[in-house]
Formats: sequence, structure tokens, C-alpha cells
Amino acid sequence: MLESIKLPITVKADVNLVLVALTLMGLVTRLCGINFPKAVVFDEVYYGQFVSLYMKQLFFIDESGPPLGHMILALGAYLGGFDGNFVWDRIGAEYTSNVPVWSLRVIPALAGALCVPLGYQVMVELRYSHLTAVGATLLLLLENALIVQSRFMLLESLLIFFLLTAVLFYLRFHNAYSSGERSLTLWVWLVMSGVSCACALGVKYTGVFTYMLLLGLAVFHTWQLIGNQALSNALVMVQVMVRSFALLILPVLCYFGFFYVHLSLLCRSGPHDPMMSSAFQASLEGGLSRITQWQPLEVAYGSQVTLRSVSSKPVPCWLHSHRVNYPIRYEDGRGSSHQQQITCYPFKDVNNWWVIKDPGRQELVVSSPPQTVKHGDIIQLVHGMTSRFLNTHDVAAPVSPHLQEVSGYIDFNVSMPSQNLWKVEILNRESERAVWKTIYSEVQLVHVNTSAVLKLSGASLPEWGFRQLEVVGDKLSKGYQQRWAWNVEEHRYGRSHEQKEREQELHSPTHIDISRNLTFIDKFLEVQLKMLTMKIEETEHKYSSSPLEWVTMDTNIVYWLHPSSNAQIHLIGNIVTWTFANLGLALFSLLFIWYLLRRRRNIHDIPEETWHQFVQAGAVCAGGWVVNYLPFFMMEKTLFLYHYLPALTFKILLLSVVIEHLHVHIFRSSLQRRSLEGVLLAGLALVYVCYHTLSPFTYGYPELSSEDIPFLRWRESWDILIRQH
Amino acid sequence: MESQRCQMQPAGKEDLCTLRRRKGGGKTSEREAIRAGRLGGSEGANGRPAAASEDTNGRPVEVKRSLQDGHRRTGTCSVLALVAVLSLITRFYKILEPPHICWDETHFGKMGSYYINRTFFFDVHPPLGKMLIGLAGHLTGYDGSFPFIRPGDKYEDHDYWGMRGFCALLGSCLPPIAYLTVQELSRSSTAALIAAATLVFDTGCITISQYILLDPILMFFIMGSVLCTVKFNQQRHRPFSAPWWLWLVLTGVNLAGALGVKFVGLFVIMLVGLNTAWDLWRLLGDLDLPLAEFWKHLSARVFGLILLPLTLYIMIFAVHFVVLKKSGPGDGFFSSAFQSRLIGNNLHNASMPEYLAYGSTVTVKNIRIAGGYLHSHWHLYPEGVGARQQQVTGYLHKDYNNLWLVQRPNNSEDLSRTPDLVRHGDVIRLEHKETTRFLHSHLHKAPLTKKHLQVTGYGINGTGDPNDLWQVEVCGGRQGDPVKVLRSKVRFLHRATGCVLYSTGKTLPKWGWEQVEVTCSPYLKETPNSQWNIEDHINHKLPNISLSLLKPSFLEILVESHIVMIRGNSGLKPKDHESSSKPWHWPVNYQGLRFSGVNETEYRVYLLGNPVIWWLNLLSIGLYLLMATTAAVLFQRGVQLGGRSQERCQVLLDGGGLLFLGWLLHYLPFYTMGRILYYHHYFPAMLFSSMLTGITLDILLQCGDLLFPLAVARHLHRAAQGLLLSAFIYSFYLFHPLSYGMRGPLAHDPASAMAGLRWMESWEF
Repeated sequence: MLESIKLPITVKADVNLVLVALTLMGLVTRLCGINFPKAVVFDEVYYGQFVSLYMKQLFFIDESGPPLGHMILALGAYLGGFDGNFVWDRIGAEYTSNVPVWSLRVIPALAGALCVPLGYQVMVELRYSHLTAVGATLLLLLENALIVQSRFMLLESLLIFFLLTAVLFYLRFHNAYSSGERSLTLWVWLVMSGVSCACALGVKYTGVFTYMLLLGLAVFHTWQLIGNQALSNALVMVQVMVRSFALLILPVLCYFGFFYVHLSLLCRSGPHDPMMSSAFQASLEGGLSRITQWQPLEVAYGSQVTLRSVSSKPVPCWLHSHRVNYPIRYEDGRGSSHQQQITCYPFKDVNNWWVIKDPGRQELVVSSPPQTVKHGDIIQLVHGMTSRFLNTHDVAAPVSPHLQEVSGYIDFNVSMPSQNLWKVEILNRESERAVWKTIYSEVQLVHVNTSAVLKLSGASLPEWGFRQLEVVGDKLSKGYQQRWAWNVEEHRYGRSHEQKEREQELHSPTHIDISRNLTFIDKFLEVQLKMLTMKIEETEHKYSSSPLEWVTMDTNIVYWLHPSSNAQIHLIGNIVTWTFANLGLALFSLLFIWYLLRRRRNIHDIPEETWHQFVQAGAVCAGGWVVNYLPFFMMEKTLFLYHYLPALTFKILLLSVVIEHLHVHIFRSSLQRRSLEGVLLAGLALVYVCYHTLSPFTYGYPELSSEDIPFLRWRESWDILIRQH
Repeated sequence: MESQRCQMQPAGKEDLCTLRRRKGGGKTSEREAIRAGRLGGSEGANGRPAAASEDTNGRPVEVKRSLQDGHRRTGTCSVLALVAVLSLITRFYKILEPPHICWDETHFGKMGSYYINRTFFFDVHPPLGKMLIGLAGHLTGYDGSFPFIRPGDKYEDHDYWGMRGFCALLGSCLPPIAYLTVQELSRSSTAALIAAATLVFDTGCITISQYILLDPILMFFIMGSVLCTVKFNQQRHRPFSAPWWLWLVLTGVNLAGALGVKFVGLFVIMLVGLNTAWDLWRLLGDLDLPLAEFWKHLSARVFGLILLPLTLYIMIFAVHFVVLKKSGPGDGFFSSAFQSRLIGNNLHNASMPEYLAYGSTVTVKNIRIAGGYLHSHWHLYPEGVGARQQQVTGYLHKDYNNLWLVQRPNNSEDLSRTPDLVRHGDVIRLEHKETTRFLHSHLHKAPLTKKHLQVTGYGINGTGDPNDLWQVEVCGGRQGDPVKVLRSKVRFLHRATGCVLYSTGKTLPKWGWEQVEVTCSPYLKETPNSQWNIEDHINHKLPNISLSLLKPSFLEILVESHIVMIRGNSGLKPKDHESSSKPWHWPVNYQGLRFSGVNETEYRVYLLGNPVIWWLNLLSIGLYLLMATTAAVLFQRGVQLGGRSQERCQVLLDGGGLLFLGWLLHYLPFYTMGRILYYHHYFPAMLFSSMLTGITLDILLQCGDLLFPLAVARHLHRAAQGLLLSAFIYSFYLFHPLSYGMRGPLAHDPASAMAGLRWMESWEF
């Protein structure tokens, strides 16, 4: 027994000490003192509110991006034991003692720190030398803008982290595959790459650009695979399927997954409830469900209901009436019916209650068993508080004269008969005799006499209508418009025979039981569509900038200013690195075009192998810069300097690609190489000096005197604050 | 890939050779053919003269082919003539109906009249289209006197037929051009016929060609560019010959025309540019071609496709500015310097006091191009939008409500002596002349830009409050500098809040009469939005000095008018209540456009594509993608195809690829546009889609021979072709009232001519 154990038990480990050292330095620069400042810094004020909502599990909608980024930030808060009680109202507000500042900021900082060794690995996978990789990593390490962005509760460092992992894993996969390796790990790399793409997209929509780049690269490689006639057709098919699963289907599934977690976490009603449909609200704990929880499901004759317009534009509102009539003449001289006003009212009110009446029966109570209302049935609607019937007739509507007026009928004996029969058409019915269901059914009310449809016109009534929303009858009723559709939101079976009792009953809350569930897909679609179509108010920001200003860093952002001293934190990059990176990009483009044209004329300046390496590095790094930069020119939203950081990361990697290429292939004589090395060392020293000089703006420490600050204002356009004493 | 391509070349070259042989001596053409083979690069590598190609059985077929060619040629010509006649008939039928203004005729007819009357106006499109309309009108006796006020106005006895006829003429050129293009790309008259028939019988194409609009002109130039490019591509074996130059120059001319009508022309420029880049890349890779020769190729293309169109485009603008020399409704969109060149404008040969003084009446214009004059009127801000005080806006037209009085804060002006000059750093009040309110700002949010402060008109008859005080600051000036009229850039800093008077360039909603928002911005960056100049300056106590304004050079005018046009274009945002058409609506023919009439009693014309054709186009795009992918994968896997299939795949990838790219380039960019979009924007893309349909369906039908014996397949091919054409004709017969006018009940009424034809609920006829 004992003989089978071979002694001594040994472990062999290859440790790349340089990489470890760089990682440690990354951790030091990103993580040191992230507790400081103990105040809300810049966009923390924005993300913080969502973190708080996660902690309290309150539902919200944020149109700025998918939920993964917010959830990762919330994870930090959760691990730090944050209870969510903090008012995120202004930048610079001191954190109270219940806010675990360190753990809120540590995850983005870790991601930012890990970007440093990731840069190293990407360079190695692009088959550049380790020395080059060290160079690239040092540049990333000493990049002030990346450091600042990593040290706070912000999303860019997470985004860059996932972008780099996606690229790294894909390159690993590709390199391993083309070197003939066929093992399980190979496919793990591919799957990991797909997952990383999904994560990048899940943090910010802008991650999609790098995903597309990677997809393009994968399509190109797969196309070469298809062209390889040594492979059998079946093998090619399998390869294509596996790759498209890992890079197309898997990311989509992951994206769904993020939303699944998001929606399962946020199960309570929150600040953005009114934007969602009644069904969605009812699925949240506390909000509408508190009211609707015990409601009957099927609408019956005698039901007391509130009718909500399915369209929430301009605001969500309920069909409403009150004891005031339309004015006899409008401002423009047109006459009205002078009957009772019908409006749509954006607040809960006892006047929103309506009773559904069977035209053939007098009673306003639910018979037992309840007689349900089905698709195609004719009903009358009686206003609960005033007992007026919902009516429409051939009179021009107050604000939209091309449509019909809707009124609560009053008989003035002026040969204007009441026309109060409405046909119920359930728009989302499953069968022709579907029953009208609370919350779920979207109903169109078609007027029997004129076949007009009850519609929310979207316009506001003037002063006499209390600026409530206009409700009209619309005769052009083909197709589907949200403004024609209504759903029952609150519902109970009426029990009171007498008007007085009924009024009492209307004032009391509803209380009968139903329960329901929306499927995840329904919820996902609703939330995603709302996020994409939500109108983002075009806001101008003091520190917003245009993409043109980014390349040369003509702009900066003040992140934080000490309440009493001149200590301040800015998003300012290492300007030496930025300049070198710009040069590198220009040089790369020139070299690339030069080689490309010369190769076309069959002149090969560099070996074939080097050329392929050069092209691949260009596709990843220069391509990464292009796809992360150019699309911003087409965006209409408010842009900031930090949007440039992913592009910058790729550009820095490109710089070292160009330098190695110069060193190996352009500068042939040893004298030239020596001088290039000298220049490089001097450049690195300069980068360090720049990093060190700007570090008071990066870390907010040490504090600067008002005399020092003007010396750091290297560009006229930088906005740097000086506190006057 | 190279060798595959070379196999299909003979078919192309042969035409030219046989043609020349018929004209000239045999010997020269023989030599030509050999040279053509050599110049064709790798194509000539097999060293075989192109004319002596072999058919699939390896039998020499020269004589037989040339005979066949002769037959085909006459056949082609007669089909082409038939297409041309049919398209002329369909476009000119009922061209004078309805005899009133339809839809955008109100704009473009009006602008044509402006050219005839030579008054200056502003439009978001470049001028060529309207110039041509004006010219057509002028030549046919229209005198420019019809006001073109709103759609529905009767033309009475004005000669509008010339303008409509001109547009219809260009519109009827589209099917023949499509025929020739597809013929050239696919070498199949069936494909060409299908493509031409889709356009001839498409109600949408007919409707849009029949009225005074820019679209027929634009589409003509787009299709012209494509045809010329394709023809030019075919000449690649005879570089620098006369036809080669001809097609190159014609391409350039058409590109200039397309861009000169609408900026949509940029898309076809991109298409031609990509095609040329690909062509040059091919030439560069041809190692038999000396580099000097390549440079010759490159510079010829730079000349023909860049310099020539650019020159023409600039000349169009030169003509535009020379013709429009009188002041008109477009003046206010342009800078003061620009206006001084227009006869009748108050700045033309202006003379006014040189320095701004107290007591002067002035107009204040924003420096930002198309920023507007500082304006106010009796209307108040509506409730809920800041304080309910008088509106202050930016207005682009000249108006007496743009006049303001410059006053001292305490209004202590001594009326008898010469007024003092306003200097940098002075604090002033600006009184609106018409309403006697002061320019005022306070801590309320601006109506649209919520981070700015609201600017209002406040106080009356000389009583106001400290919020009416503004400090004058001359940009780049020092304390005590006077303010030069027209030439100084001035900023107005609000004393009480420290913000600066600012024109945001956003359009106010209806309550603000869709004028430009004016705010007080807390961000003090110097931008053109916060800089103003004094334009009119009236002060009778000061001597008038004739201002020799810096007359702008032509280049400055050109640049300025482009900036104004681009601003104008991006300013066309969908209004709150208008439902904008979405790009995905277009290919599915989801909703058309009402050209004329709404009610049952009116004469109605509805712009809507023939649904049979449009849905077939949509289907063809899907089919094309499928077929092209298959072909590409087959090539990539190196599958050996028979000669005929090989040829088909090549046509599909090359010819089809060009058209598909054209479709993409004319369609996808609309998804990124923020401006308001209309259904008719799809028509250029639809032309490409129709031509692609021709090629796709033809190849699909030809592929019948893979399943059936040759004779059966040939019959099937013919039958299917006939079926397709009769489907086009029958659907055209069904839907023709859309173009040629409907009266009587709407389609939901069984008595209507269109009863039962409203296949989609969203069609409004």
C-alpha cells in the first residue's frame, strides 16, 4: 500500500515573476487608499442610487446600460454589508458611517488592476516578445486616466477588463487551434471568450463594438477554415456550429441571464413603477400588487373598475370624470355638448372608478354566480361617483376637433339622445369568447352607434378641464395603437345597491384574491424595450466633450474637490503616453499602407510570418481603437472623456506593437537599435515623470497649494479649480 | 479565384470584338483582341485570343456566336425600345392630373419660381434639382408668378406642365437605364427585362415621377452613375480608349448631378468610390502593368471621379449665387456679411453709424450660423414653462419684432446732445421696441435646455428690475473699447446671475411658434452660441458711414451655405405629434404617403409601391443572400462547378454584389439619421433592390436545368418569366388608381374601385 506513494511529493510551478511583479504594482496603484476621499465622487452619485436600490431590492429602470455592471457594483456593496441607506444627491457629499466605501470601490479597482497583467498576456498572445509586453504593461500601469477611473465606483474599468479578457481568450483559442492543439481547454478558451463578450455588453452597450470586431475576426478565421480543402465537409460543419454557438448563441443566453438575475433581485415595487404596464407592476411586491393582490380576475357585470390607458405617453393615466361640464363655447368659438367632462387623470382618485353595467339589467351589483364580460359583449360604463353614463356622439372634441367628444351623458332635452353602448374588444384575446381579465386584457371600447373607439388623444385640456388629458372617440380605428387600448387595473365586485353605500365602498380599498405571474421573457422584453426607447433628456453637462477633443486630451473632468482645501481629483491622462500612442497609431497606419501596397506589387519587405503577425496585431489593437472610438461621432447622447478609455487601452497596446516592429525590422544596424533603445528608456522615464507629476490629481493627495496648481495646468482648455482664500 | 474569373471574360470581350469586326477591317481587330487579352492581366495568361473561345463541348463557335449575337442585339434593342415606350406611357399618362399642388410641389415648385424671379431663398438641399425645375418651367413658358402657397391650390392657367413633364421625362429614363445596367452586369436579357418590368409597373415609381419633386431628378442621376460605372468597368480591357474616357467622364458628371440634387447623392458616390478602389486594387496587383501605367490609371480616376465632379458641383453653386441676387425669404439664415451681397437687403450698400451708441435701435444676430435674431413678441411663456412672462426667442426671418432699443440702466439719457457710445464693460438694458419690455433673465429653468436660465421680456414703459441689466463684453476687447456695428462679436452677461445670453439652436414647440430657444447659459465658455453681433443700427443723431463690409469670397459663401444646409437638415426633427416613418417600414411597404386628397369627395393620389413587386423585392433580397452565400462557400471549398454554374455564381457574386452593396448603402444609413424620415427616402434603394431582383430571379430560374433536362428547363424558364411578367401587369392593373387618381368612396367601402385591395391595415386609401 505504502509503496504506491512516490516520495518526495513535489510541485513544479512556472511563475513569471515579472508578471507577478507587474500585477502587484497594478494592485498597489489601483487599490492603495481607495477609501479616500470619503465622499461621493463624480458618477458615483449616479451608480450609487442603483446600488442602494439593489440593496433594498426595489425595481428601477436605468436607460444608460444593461444591468450587469450595476449588479457587480451592488455585489461589492452586498459583501460590505451596505444597507442602502444613503441619499445620493450631490457630488462631494460626505459618506455616512454605514456606507462601506472600501468594498463599494474595491471591485472596479480590482478589475482595473487586473487590466495591467491582461495587457501583458494579450501582447504575448499576439506573439510579441515578453519585453514588449512589459513595455505595454508599464504604459497601462502608469496611465493616470485609467487609474482614476478604476479607483471609484464606476463601470469603465469593468468594461475594459471584460474587453481584454474577451480578446485574450479568443486569441488563446485561435493560437492553440492553429498550432494543432485539440484539447478540452481549447474549447474552454472559446467559451470563455463568448462569455466575456456578453459580460462586456452587459456592463455597457458600447461593449458591443468590440464584440462585433471579435466576431469579424472569428468569421475571417472560420472563412479560412472553410477554404481549407484538406478538411472534410463534416468537420468544417462541426467547427462552424461550435464557433457560432460559443460566439453567437452563448452571449445571447448570458445576456438573458443577466436580466434574469436582475429581475429576480429587484422584486419589490420601486421608483419607476408607473412607467411599466399594470401587469408588470402587479408582479412586483408591494406596489400595485398590494392593491391588486386580492382582486377578482374576471371582470363581471357589476364590477367596479379603474381603467388605465395602456399607452403611458405622455403620462400614465386613468379614465376619469368629475362633476364639471364641458364649457358651452370653447375659446375658438366652437360649441360643445355641455355634458359632463370625461378625462384621463394621472393620479389615483376615487373619481377614477367606473361600474360595468349590463344594458339589459338595472342593478349595479355582481350577481351570484358572477356573469363575466367576454370579447364582443355590449356594456355600459357608469361613473361611480356621479352615476353618469360614458357617452360619445357626433360633436367635435374640445382640443382635437377632428375627433368625437366623449362625455358623461346629461339629458338636457335638446334632442341629443344618449348613445352609451360600448362593445368590448379584447385585443390580446386567445379565443373569440375570451373573458375580460383584470390587468391582463388590453381592451378596446368600440362605440356601438358610431363605431368610434375610446382613445387617449395625448393632448391636455385647457384651464376649464384642469389640464387633465383629453379622451376622445376616434373613427379611424384600424390596426393597433396603444392609445386605443385600456386595461382594468383595480377591480372589485360591487355589492352595494344604493348610491350612497356605493360611494362608501369606492372609498374603501379593494380586497379579494387573485395571483398571477408574468413569464420571464415577457418581463425581459418589456424592460429591455423600455430601456431602449426611453427618451433620454438631452442634457448638457459642464464637463461633457466631443470625441474630437479626446485624442489630444483637450478636455478633462473634475471628479472631486476637497470641501476646504485645494485637494482635487481629475480625470486627466498621462499626456506623454497619449502623445506617444497617437504617434504610434499614425506610424502603424503608414507602415501598414506602405507594406500593403508594396506586397500587392510583390515586393516583400518583411517575412510573411511577420506580416501576418503585424496584421493580426493591427486588427486587434488598431481595430479595437477604431471600433471603440469612431461610433461616438454618430451618437447623439452626452459624451465624456471617460468614453475614450477603452479605445485608449487598445491604442497603448498598439504603441508597443509598433515599437517592437521598428526595433526588429526597420532599424537594422546596431547603432540605430541602440539609439532607439535609448529613446525608449528616456520615453519611459518621461512617462513616469508625467505620472508622478500628475498624481496629485489622480489620487487627490498630496494636497496642492494654490501656487502649484497653475503649473499643472498644461493645457489652456483644462478646467482646474483653484480655491481662493 | 483569378482563374475562375478569367473564364467568363471572353463572353464580355467577344461583343466588342465582333462589333468592331463588322465595322472595320479584320486584322486590326484581331490585334486588338490579343492586346485586350494581354492587358486583362491574368485573364490573358492562357495566351488564347479572346475571340476564339470555345463552348462547353470544346468546339470553336466563333461564327455561330457572332450570328447569335447579331440576333440577340436586335432583340435586345427592340425590348429596350418597348421598355422605353411603356415607361413613357405610364409616366406621362394623366400627367396634368390633378391640376392642383400635390404634397411637396409646394416647396420645389416655389423654389423653381424663385429661380425664375431671382430671389434668394434657403433650402436644406443643394440647388441643382430646383434649378433644373426652374429652367424647365422657364423654357415652357412658366413665368414664376404662381405663389405655390399650400397643397391643394389650383394651378388655374399657369403653365405647370413643363415642370411636371420634365420630372416625368427623367423618371421614365429609369426603367431603360435599369435594363441596360442589368444587361451589362448579368449578360442576360431575361434578368434585364424583369428588372425593367418591376420599375415600369411599380405604382410608387410612377407616382413619384409624375410631380414636381426632386426625387425623379435624383434617381435619374443615381441610376446614370451606376450605368456609367458598369459600362466603364466593361471597358477595363481597353484603358484610355475613347469609350473608356467617355464612361469615366459621364460617371463623374452623373455623380456631381446626384450630389447637386440632394445629399443622398453621397451614397452613390460611396458606391462608385468602393467600386473604383476595388478596381485600382486589382490593377495594382497586376504585376504586368508597369507602375507608371498604374499612376496614369490612378490620376485619370482622380480627375474623372473627384476633380471633375467637385468642379461641377462648385459650378452649380456658383450659378446658384449668380442667379439669385435679389433679397428674399432666405436672408435671415445667413450671416450679415453674406446678406450684404443681396440686392434689396438692408445691408446691401449699407450705411449706418459705425459704433453702437445709447438710444440706438438695433437688431442683434447670433454669430452661430442659422442662430437667428434676438426676438420677442406679445405671447407669454405657457404655464409650467418657467415664469409666465413674455417670450424671447431667436427668429430667422427679418421682422420688426427683432428691434431693440439700447438704454442706460437708469434711462438717464440726455436727449439733446450726441449720444454716448456703448463700451466694453458697460451695463445696459435692452428694451424691446414693439412691446416695451426689457430683456430679462432670472432663476427659472429655460424651456428646453433645463440647465440654462429662462430669458423673458419683463417690465413695461421703462420700469423694470435689476434682473434687466446686462453687461456688454466685446470678444477680445478691453475695458472701454467701443462696439463696432456688424464687425464686433459681443456677449451679454447677465448682471444678477452671471450667466451669458445664449442661443441653443433648439426649436421651441408650437407655443413658441417653432422659433429658436434663447437662454441664459451659466457656462461661460466662448462659443458662437453666446456671441452676437449688432446688425441693423439706427440712430439719427449719429452720422451714417458707408460700411465697406468685408465682402465674403465665393469660398466663404460656399462653406457657409453648406453649414446652414447641414444644420437645417439635422434640425428637421420629428415633431411631437407627427408619427415619423421608420426605416423598417419601407421595404415591407408598410405605409405610403398621401400626395393629394383625404376625403371621399377629393381626387386622391397615394404614393405606395405595387405590393406584389415590393414584396417580391423583399423576398429576392433574402433569396439573394442565401444564393450568394452558397456560391461563396462553394468557391471557398473549391468545389468544381460546371462552366455554366460557375458563370452564374460569378454573376451572382460580382454583378449582384455591386447592386446589393448599392442597396445597403442607400438604405442602412437612414437608421442612423436623427432627422425626420419619409417613405420616399427609400426609392433610390428600391431601384437597386429591383435590379437585384432581376438578377436573382433570373439565375434562380436558370438553375432549373440542374433538376430538369435542358429542353424542359428552357420551357420552364420561359413559362416562369411569362408568369412573373403577367403578375406584374395584373397587379399594376389592380393598383393603378393609386397613381392615376381615385375618386369616390375609400377602400373599406365595397363600392370603391380599390375595394378589397387594402391588404394592409396601415395603408390609407
